[in-house]
Amino acid sequence: MTTIAGYPLPVVLGQLVLGFVNGSFYALLSLGLAVIFGLLRVVNFAHGAFYMLGGFVAYLLLSWFGVNYWGALVLAPLLVGCLGIVAERLLLRHLYRLDPLYNLLLTFGLAMMIEGFMQQQFGSSGYTYPVPQALTGVYKLGFMILPIYRAWVILASLTVCFLAWLLIEKTKLGATLRAATENASLTQAFGVNVPVMVTLTYGAGVALAALAGVLAAPITQVSPHMGTSLVVVVFAVVVIGGMGSIFGSIVSGLMLGFVEGLTKVVYPEASTTVIFVIMAIVLLVRPSGLFGRD
Amino acid sequence: MQIAWPRRIEIALLIFGLCVPLLGIYPVFMMKLLCFGIFAAAFNLLLGFSGLLSFGHAAYFGIAGYVTAWLRLKIGLPTELAILAGVAASALTGLVVGSLAIRRQGIYFAMITLALAQCIYFFCLEASFTGGENGIQGVPRGSLLGIIGLQSDVSMYFFVLAVTVGVYLAIKQIVGSPFGQVLKAIGENEQRAISLGYSVNQHKILAFVLSASLAGLGGSLKALVLGLATLSDVHQSTSGEVILMTLLGGTGTFLGPFLGAGIVVTLQEYLSDRVGAWVSVVIGFIFVVCVLSFRKGIVGEIAKRFKTRQTTA
Repeated sequence: MTTIAGYPLPVVLGQLVLGFVNGSFYALLSLGLAVIFGLLRVVNFAHGAFYMLGGFVAYLLLSWFGVNYWGALVLAPLLVGCLGIVAERLLLRHLYRLDPLYNLLLTFGLAMMIEGFMQQQFGSSGYTYPVPQALTGVYKLGFMILPIYRAWVILASLTVCFLAWLLIEKTKLGATLRAATENASLTQAFGVNVPVMVTLTYGAGVALAALAGVLAAPITQVSPHMGTSLVVVVFAVVVIGGMGSIFGSIVSGLMLGFVEGLTKVVYPEASTTVIFVIMAIVLLVRPSGLFGRD
Repeated sequence: MQIAWPRRIEIALLIFGLCVPLLGIYPVFMMKLLCFGIFAAAFNLLLGFSGLLSFGHAAYFGIAGYVTAWLRLKIGLPTELAILAGVAASALTGLVVGSLAIRRQGIYFAMITLALAQCIYFFCLEASFTGGENGIQGVPRGSLLGIIGLQSDVSMYFFVLAVTVGVYLAIKQIVGSPFGQVLKAIGENEQRAISLGYSVNQHKILAFVLSASLAGLGGSLKALVLGLATLSDVHQSTSGEVILMTLLGGTGTFLGPFLGAGIVVTLQEYLSDRVGAWVSVVIGFIFVVCVLSFRKGIVGEIAKRFKTRQTTA
């Protein structure tokens, strides 16, 4: 059997693919966090809860209304995004002029409420979401076996990240968004309705988290606390990448998933902590983050 | 001589504290409350007086609990030494985390402390000495200096009460000292403190280590009171709870954290039997309301009313 540095090749590649899958989730989630932080200066602690809601809505759409995976892929982010918009209008909006720490605390409380409610309704055990018919099975690549669904997750996340990047960096809407990020009051003076933009941006960031949740549903079990510790990992990813950068958050998300996968091969005990160790090193060497500007 | 209002309240609380065993209040409940009070007061030293929001204070609370519990159960170290070792472990952890976290400010500081605390949580989950999901159970309380046995709840209660009073006075002393004044200055305007020639980073690290140590003291005591150390003590939800206690009681006040701890612990004890998982919904709701419209906290609001009444009278 072929080996790399003493580890069998299929094991190494299998973990790396798994790492890439996790990396795609990190990328989607940290992209949403970065977009929200860029315009609202809010570190959205509820991101993990919205990710969980995405998965749950997909599960409930299937079991209550028979809506299949592809329908859920569109509907769940829309529904959860709307919930995010309501939260922004009712709650977050009141704290923009205060220290951003208050909105971190507010979204923490919101996450507790959402996760507590879901646990009360559905218990803390997980629900299995079936892999959609079209994406079952595996690709036999000779040197390894690649489940089709995992390949799809990587492809879908990368496409969404690329489209989001394109939208923000290359379109007129994106230019306005960047202008509002740079100087909100000046942008408003040019006739842009910044408050509406802020609301929609929050909704979009939340929808991205929900999309990640739907994509994750067939891989991990859907449970009320599936996002609780994930959100902290994504925070670390964002600190490593530098929070202001859209591109940085995508790249560091993928990269760290990859590193985590490698760690699972070499030293499995450290796989849960490796990202935090990298964060500590980055803070020592380059406190503003790998792609940060400030 | 006229005694000032805050002093009168302090004396009244102390008398109440001394009478608790006579009033028929369950001592273990009161002890848990006081341990969380110490924890919140330690956290408040950082947030209330130096403006640093640590989102991972459960790490120091929990680590000290584990160390104390392990030393008591497996090594049989005397109680006071086990507590000291627990506090030392928290201080060391605080030193490492603090030195890293102060490299960034504000919101980043909060996120870094949170992430490193999560790292410590995973460490406690994997390490063998913590007993993983089971935790460390059946920890003997031992005795004080080998003379006063702590097995009875009442003697343990007075020990915890004495430590609490000590912590309360120590924090007042720290805040009132020149060091505390510099901390306040840093909290209000860091740039200005730097330009005045204060070594801001050293002050911040020292404050962080002090806060972590006192949080550890609370954790060590809690482990002895309940006879167990568990994963939930290092979990991020505990870090969130201590923030809520401080915020609800009054950030930057001396009595606020204890009051907040009292309310939150009572609510949890009362609600968890009756409404189950709704507890975290209720706690989350209080959190949201507190942040939205009650940012000074109970003691802070009362003090404000009191001041305006005095100035208008």
